[in-house]
Amino acid sequence: MRENMREKILKILESNGRIPFEQLAVMVDLSASEVEEIIRELEDEKIILKYSAVVNWEKAGLEESVAIIDVKVAPQREVGFDAVAQRIYRFPEVRSVSLISGDYDLSVSIEGKSMKEVASFVSQKLSSIDGVLGTSTHFVLKRYKVAGVVYEDEYEDRRELVSP
Amino acid sequence: MSFNPQDFITPGVRDLPPSGIRKFFDLVTEMKDVISLGVGEPDFVSPWHVREACVYSLEKGYTMYTSNYGLPELRYEIAQYLDQRFGVAYDEKKEIIVTVGASEAVDIALRTICSPGDEVLIPEPCYVSYKPCVALTGAIPMVIPTTVENEFKLTPQMLETYITPKTKAIILSYPNNPTGAVMTGEELAALCKVIVKHNLIVVSDEIYAELTYDGVHTCIASLPEMRDRTILINGMSKAFAMTGWRIGYLCAHEDFIENMVKIHQYTMLCAPIMGQKAAIEAFRSCRKEVDRMREEYDQRRRIIYKRMQDMGLEVFEPKGAFYIFPSIQNTGLSSEEFAGALLKEEKVAVVPGSAFADCGEGFLRCSYASSIKKITLAMDRMERFVSKRITTSLQDCHN
Repeated sequence: MRENMREKILKILESNGRIPFEQLAVMVDLSASEVEEIIRELEDEKIILKYSAVVNWEKAGLEESVAIIDVKVAPQREVGFDAVAQRIYRFPEVRSVSLISGDYDLSVSIEGKSMKEVASFVSQKLSSIDGVLGTSTHFVLKRYKVAGVVYEDEYEDRRELVSP
Repeated sequence: MSFNPQDFITPGVRDLPPSGIRKFFDLVTEMKDVISLGVGEPDFVSPWHVREACVYSLEKGYTMYTSNYGLPELRYEIAQYLDQRFGVAYDEKKEIIVTVGASEAVDIALRTICSPGDEVLIPEPCYVSYKPCVALTGAIPMVIPTTVENEFKLTPQMLETYITPKTKAIILSYPNNPTGAVMTGEELAALCKVIVKHNLIVVSDEIYAELTYDGVHTCIASLPEMRDRTILINGMSKAFAMTGWRIGYLCAHEDFIENMVKIHQYTMLCAPIMGQKAAIEAFRSCRKEVDRMREEYDQRRRIIYKRMQDMGLEVFEPKGAFYIFPSIQNTGLSSEEFAGALLKEEKVAVVPGSAFADCGEGFLRCSYASSIKKITLAMDRMERFVSKRITTSLQDCHN
């Protein structure tokens, strides 16, 4: 039952992190204090890591340059890919790091002010890390969907105002 | 000699009153920036899988007629779905017709079983088309008013009171539009005893079956002795957010189906093939989507119910569909006056309860098939409106 509630609350928060406790409580049929307690628990357990906004920077008039970099890594004894991944994700320019299957080992997402800035990070910082054997950089040209959110307004309410 | 079209229109059609919903629709469309809770359809677009399957089928050239009964693959999926979800088994070859929406299914079911002079029982408030569809067959719609005290359910006692030797059938529609009432398996079983005793047919419109929030939906055809005397109607519109595709279905004993399909083949011929292709995909791959949409409606239901209670309206908790049916009697306004003034002053559209039945007077139908943001905004406006009206109404009582 409690597991089910936690899942419900997580799903609602994932789609709207700003929802007031009181409203969330009504939606899942609990009291506001119970919801608050569950959320605190989820935060303490590091299940909820952060509340953030999905921003369309282009629309906000603030250009950004984003690249997805495939990284080939020499796995190290005992720690595998973890040590290199750790060295990479500590850089603030790095937005995400994932271990992937296929020809490359890590998928790294970088954000910078310009393409030049991203390129210089890749060549000077990323490629020079011990254990990095090679990189393949893909610049993002246009974003369509991020974190489950479609950038363009895909759907407008086309229903009649009153219907049976 | 002058020609007057009116002279050629049959009295049966001429005397049919226009839908109360239509009347309100005409008023609403003249206004701008309205938040509408007057909509009887999901605010979700049909799942992408469904749309994609339709596009693919068009690319492959599926643009022709299908069998009058509908595509065999679709009838197979319908039979599987009803068996697995509601425990009622139909032979997909002989006992299912795919129709142009559940609305066509209601029409041909009634035209098949009703003769002039027969009486058909209709618990109200209910969907607007049952009464006219019965009247168009020449049969007599016999309305059974339900009340908020009984949670808008039909009881065996009420049913007994309205049965006469001419009663042939009863139309049941739970979960209910506009009240959100549902009937449990036990409650339906109690009704069935009366139905069997008086040898009636049930036309059961279960279009909102998937939108049941507390407990599980009981399909009346799954109850003992009921399968063969039930004409089961359902469709893709509400559960799968596929209103515009117009795909419904009719399930019944093959003797009924054999005759119903005659009306279907001479009028509609068949449901559109692209809609049927889309429906097959919906059954095969949209279970999760259906559950997700129900979960969202449920959350919205809880919010709108709480907000209406908090603003001082007497409101019955809906257990199904996506409507809430609050009483506005303590405002001293009729449902039309309330809906009209709310629209004018606060730009919120709701449907007067009187559009659904005489016994719906004093109530409003508010649909919560809208985003939480819109519902919250609509409730803020409604609260402002209601607080003024309840105060005025109390002052009137004191004077």
